[in-house]
Amino acid sequence: MIESLLTIGLGHYLALAGMLLALGLVGVIVSRRNVIVALMSIEIMLLAVNINLVAFSSFGANLGGQVFAMIVLTVAAAESAIGLAILVLAYRLRGSAALDDLSDMKG
Amino acid sequence: MISGLFFYLFALVLIGSATATLCVRQPVHAVLFLILAFFNAAGVFLTLGAEFLAFILLIVYVGAVAVLFLFVVMMLDVRTGPPVPALKRFGKLGLGIGALLGGQLVTLALLWPSSPAVITSPTVHLVHNTEALGRVLYTDYFLPFQISGLVLLVAIIGAIVLTMGPRRAIKRQNTSQQMATNPADVVQLKQVGIGEGAE
Repeated sequence: MIESLLTIGLGHYLALAGMLLALGLVGVIVSRRNVIVALMSIEIMLLAVNINLVAFSSFGANLGGQVFAMIVLTVAAAESAIGLAILVLAYRLRGSAALDDLSDMKG
Repeated sequence: MISGLFFYLFALVLIGSATATLCVRQPVHAVLFLILAFFNAAGVFLTLGAEFLAFILLIVYVGAVAVLFLFVVMMLDVRTGPPVPALKRFGKLGLGIGALLGGQLVTLALLWPSSPAVITSPTVHLVHNTEALGRVLYTDYFLPFQISGLVLLVAIIGAIVLTMGPRRAIKRQNTSQQMATNPADVVQLKQVGIGEGAE
């Protein structure tokens, strides 16, 4: 029983990635006052996707998963840089970093 | 068997620190828990045999992105005030959606037909992971590699253009204005006698 629990199969890694994705999604929905936590939750979701990709790459003996994970890493870094630049600009223009206050385009 | 224990250790601390990122009051503590999560994700990558990606995660994600988060958090006055009434309504909805998604994914994942890991077979380690990635990245995946460079360039330009506004308090040269001035407007030649001062 302990042996079967300790041999880590593909499903374990996918379950870990699934839990992290759900956690990131909860973070994005729940953080209404705090934009930083929303951006960090997006990073957690991208980390979950990376774990998924690398797990499939390792269990399928195909390096394309790891290459894809590197590209996702690149895009995640670029997106968080732009997101933080937007956040800094919004804070500079209106003095508050709460998501609820950024509703100028609300019809 | 030991690698199984390591996986459980890394996975539990990863999920714990990701949860703590969302629950903690101070944003600086949240960013530090995110850094802990990235470290444990690098550990998970190590158990999968992806060594290059594990250390690239540390260098890029922790060393650049998380430090950028720390800069912004320390620069802005991000205060988590008392929870807005909307939070109480969206909190339950968010937890419900998260539990639904997480439950579906975990159930699907645990029912996956598992095969023994390929990384335990000895023939895979003919070259180490970095060299294998290098062999594949610059030949088969050359186009995505170049396009990701373009993505980074556009991100740099975008971030600079967004945050570079007119600085009011800094005096600087306006070269075009300097070149466009007429010397006759600003310089005057006066004839001054010996011993007299100029007016």
